Amino acid sequence: MRRGMFGRRILYWFGVALGLVLAIVPLPGWLDVMRPDFALLAVIYWILTSPRIAGLGYAWLAGLFLDVLRGMVLGQHALGFLVVAFLTHRLQLRMRMFPIPHQAAAVLLLLGLYHFIIFWTDGLTGHGYTGWNRWLPVLSGALLWPLIVAAGDTLVRRSR
Amino acid sequence: MVELSHDSRPIIGRGPPLGATFLALATASIALMVADVRYGQLEQVRGWLNSAAYPLQVAIDLPFRAWGWITGSFADRGELQKENLALTARLRTADLQLQKFAVLQDENRRLREMRGSSAGVAKRAIVASILNVDLDPFRHRVLLDRGSVDGVFKGQAVLDAQGIFGQVWRVNARTSEAILISDAEHAIPVQSNRSGVRTIAVGTGDPNRLSLPFVTGESDIRKGDLLLSTGMGGVFPPGYPVARVTKVERSAKATFAIVEAGPTAALDRDREVMLVWFDAPAPVEAPAQETPAPTTSTPEPAATIPAPATATPETAPAPGGG
Repeated sequence: MRRGMFGRRILYWFGVALGLVLAIVPLPGWLDVMRPDFALLAVIYWILTSPRIAGLGYAWLAGLFLDVLRGMVLGQHALGFLVVAFLTHRLQLRMRMFPIPHQAAAVLLLLGLYHFIIFWTDGLTGHGYTGWNRWLPVLSGALLWPLIVAAGDTLVRRSR
Repeated sequence: MVELSHDSRPIIGRGPPLGATFLALATASIALMVADVRYGQLEQVRGWLNSAAYPLQVAIDLPFRAWGWITGSFADRGELQKENLALTARLRTADLQLQKFAVLQDENRRLREMRGSSAGVAKRAIVASILNVDLDPFRHRVLLDRGSVDGVFKGQAVLDAQGIFGQVWRVNARTSEAILISDAEHAIPVQSNRSGVRTIAVGTGDPNRLSLPFVTGESDIRKGDLLLSTGMGGVFPPGYPVARVTKVERSAKATFAIVEAGPTAALDRDREVMLVWFDAPAPVEAPAQETPAPTTSTPEPAATIPAPATATPETAPAPGGG
């Protein structure tokens, strides 16, 4: 039991770290604009599957590291990650029961909130970009959700 | 109303309640943002965190660099020969021009000596590569592989072979972040090569377009004019090409003309750029042609960042040799 917990913890850290790497890997311009927030999706997935392991602290740290990697205002993505992680924790008993398309819709709302926080803090710090395409990652992330669940479930099953 | 607890962590050793953790961390992030934006106190902290991020950034850059090296070393012979021929031809014409320039340079130096101002050319330059790492898609920032250990300083000018590329925005130990002249938050003072009209070129967020919002309807700017840096503000070396005017639209009703220019530097294609040190030119009396309109609307890095041009670091000799 304890070993299983430890293995899962490692998997969780690894998954989020991979998401952070994917956040700065160079992509062609059109893909770059709609790049899904892999790290945040990983955080949501792990909170839903093993809420005992995935706490708020690590989500916050991951957001902070993303700020450093992308040269943003320190604390911006950290706040976004934190809010999403907290809401997911509050909703996880309900969200776990949802069928996948329904879950993807909930993820769409969470991602929308996350990007709204980023947009808002961007505006407050004077970097406002108001084009419609800054909301594309919300859509691409929600569309990707079934794949994330499939990949995560496979990984967890293998690790047992 | 009975409510199921949403907190499914183990009862023993579960730590502080979720709400408390949330509040504490939210306060911490807001405090961080305020300290970073308002007071700029986190340079040190960012430096430490960046040292942790550096290996990751290099690891991501590595495969792309390796691919470039492989394709470079296996280029076929015919292609190399063709390239060699083209380069030889270019060298010949360049040599010819150089002959002319030698005379001009000599004359220029004598004239400058008479005026008592220093020559505004780069004293020293180092080559920096752009790391293959994507930052925000909506800001024109790039990560360079030179940092404070190489003597890079905030506000340093970044050039490429064709023109001005941008300036250093943030310095870490081994990397630095540069802001391109096409970033929507960047502005650079320029002067028309043909008529001498001074104005300011502001980035638009499009790598192929700068906008000149403060050109009045009467001022002498035409399509095709080359815009050079003026060196005002002390960030950029004077007389270096910035952009070529691509569009001028005047209307009788509007005070300002709509002027756009295309940067001469290959902003979206460069893989290598130059970081330069130069002596800030002695302030000359400004000819009363056109005063740049006050740019209160946007924060303007070109004018607000004081260039510590005097603090030229005494680090290793430049490979680029200025």
